[in-house]
Amino acid sequence: MSALRILVPIKRVIDYAVKPRVNKAQTAVETAGVKHSMNPFDELSVEESVRIREKKSAPGGVEDICVISAGPAKAQDVLRTAMAMGADRGIHVEVKEGDDLEPLAVAKLLKATVEKEKSNLVILGKQSIDDDAAQTGQMLAGLLGWPQATQASKVTFGEGDSVEVTKEVDGGSETVRAKLPMIITTDLRLNEPRYASLPNIMKAKKKPLVKMSLSDLGINNERRLKVLKVTEPAPRQGGGKVEDVDGLVAKLKELGAL
Amino acid sequence: MFSVAARRTALHSRAAATSAFRSPAALRSFLSSLAILEQREGQLNHGSLSAITAAQKLGGSVHAFVAGGGVKSVAEEAAKIDGVEKIIAVDNAAYDKGLPENFAPLLVENIKKGGYTHVLVGHTAFGKSLMPRVAALLDSQQISDITAIESENTFVRPIYAGNAIATVESSDAIKCITIRGTAFPAAEIAGGSATIEDGVDSKTESTSEWVSEELAKSDRPDLATAGKVVSGGRGLKSKEEFDRVMLPLADALGAAVGASRAAVDSGYADNSLQVGQTGKVVAPQLYMAVGISGAIQHLAGMKDSKVIAAINKDADAPIFQVADVGLVGDLFEKVPELTEKVKSS
Repeated sequence: MSALRILVPIKRVIDYAVKPRVNKAQTAVETAGVKHSMNPFDELSVEESVRIREKKSAPGGVEDICVISAGPAKAQDVLRTAMAMGADRGIHVEVKEGDDLEPLAVAKLLKATVEKEKSNLVILGKQSIDDDAAQTGQMLAGLLGWPQATQASKVTFGEGDSVEVTKEVDGGSETVRAKLPMIITTDLRLNEPRYASLPNIMKAKKKPLVKMSLSDLGINNERRLKVLKVTEPAPRQGGGKVEDVDGLVAKLKELGAL
Repeated sequence: MFSVAARRTALHSRAAATSAFRSPAALRSFLSSLAILEQREGQLNHGSLSAITAAQKLGGSVHAFVAGGGVKSVAEEAAKIDGVEKIIAVDNAAYDKGLPENFAPLLVENIKKGGYTHVLVGHTAFGKSLMPRVAALLDSQQISDITAIESENTFVRPIYAGNAIATVESSDAIKCITIRGTAFPAAEIAGGSATIEDGVDSKTESTSEWVSEELAKSDRPDLATAGKVVSGGRGLKSKEEFDRVMLPLADALGAAVGASRAAVDSGYADNSLQVGQTGKVVAPQLYMAVGISGAIQHLAGMKDSKVIAAINKDADAPIFQVADVGLVGDLFEKVPELTEKVKSS
């Protein structure tokens, strides 16, 4: 079996616990001064890659775990976090703040990287919690013509480059088998990401981090979707509380829900 | 490569330029949509008919697509939907499991042949896995999980777990769209008589193979489309208590059962029951949250419900800020009491 050269794309997003606010001009969500961290699904991708190495679950072993992020200078923070979790090296594709790439452009960028780095397994999060698009992994698989397994909750390696993936689907789970090279996107049940220890955070500072530009990878940031406006959702009016179960039943009847 | 689509776009801009002299109906004739239907073992998934509703909102001609072994009866059923002109069916068991490696090229062939301007599918596990692959093959930037259509190129979609609503305009010649089922009711099967046509079978081999599946069996209504949902959270404390407290309430109400991520992660309920940003998005008539605090990721999956009721012992839980009616109390006492009162009323 081929040794794994794993590419793990990660994204810096507003921290999941922060309630996002729409800016005054209604053009975007306010990002300045807001806590950011690694997209939670990408943490799962990094964790899974490191576990494949630690548990020696792939017959051919793991030769390389490379993390990549496209974004402003601060994207380097999440790359360092991933390296502290166990990734070997990082690639930072510098994109100006506010010049975010759409999933199709990211997929094209990743295709170029996969070819350059000779990756044979790409593990991505199933979606980023800012744009909620859930597209990049599938698009990359399409562009490369590779098999894909989305929303993975379990990944096992067999002989002859075969990989079996259990996916979460509506109503339960489904298992598919494919051969390397392939694309996997992670779902929440896949694993529980580790916290980076202080010594590992220190070590991660010495791991190689290469800076690149979009043009180095032959990509231009051509946007296909124009954001016309971003608004707050219509607020819900809390209806107050009742004293007891009788009150609850009466109120539900009044609202026509019972 | 996309000569038909390109011609349509060219025609369209010319039509738009002279729109003052044209009727809206003439404009609409340049727009044609393909709605992708889901089927399972020869049974049409009625939830997937939401894609037809969305296609009808766009105006223009509406075709539907279905593929799998022996899909004739599915095509015949879908042909009865009012307003659908044509059902394109590909009868080949190779597409039964909806594997994106062969289903995506199949769709691309049929999209090119039909010269469609819009392709729509539900934002379901099937649609999410398939459509971005199709979009990439067509070099189109997909628009995911739309909740409204403002015009043929302008769509509304929630971002940041539903904490913001974005309106986006697409400049792509072929618009690939996944739709939120709860925002577009399934089209009714009545009044139509679409023609049924064999689609192109591209016969691409799938590079992945289906091994097995494990589906949760339930006689209760389907979570995504149920009129009533009762949902339990961490407050239920164990799987035994979850089943003992929540299931009788669900049965008394004729409701589907849902759960918060905390309840799923703790093993109280099956993964497929999770409501929220990373699980299902529901919008029933009644959503009853039991022992759920109301984290933003959970609210993202249920805040469009018509009526929200909450039972929680913490009077300050965020769920009470969105609930139409809230009861502060111990769920182990209140829920069985409620179950009895619902049964006897």
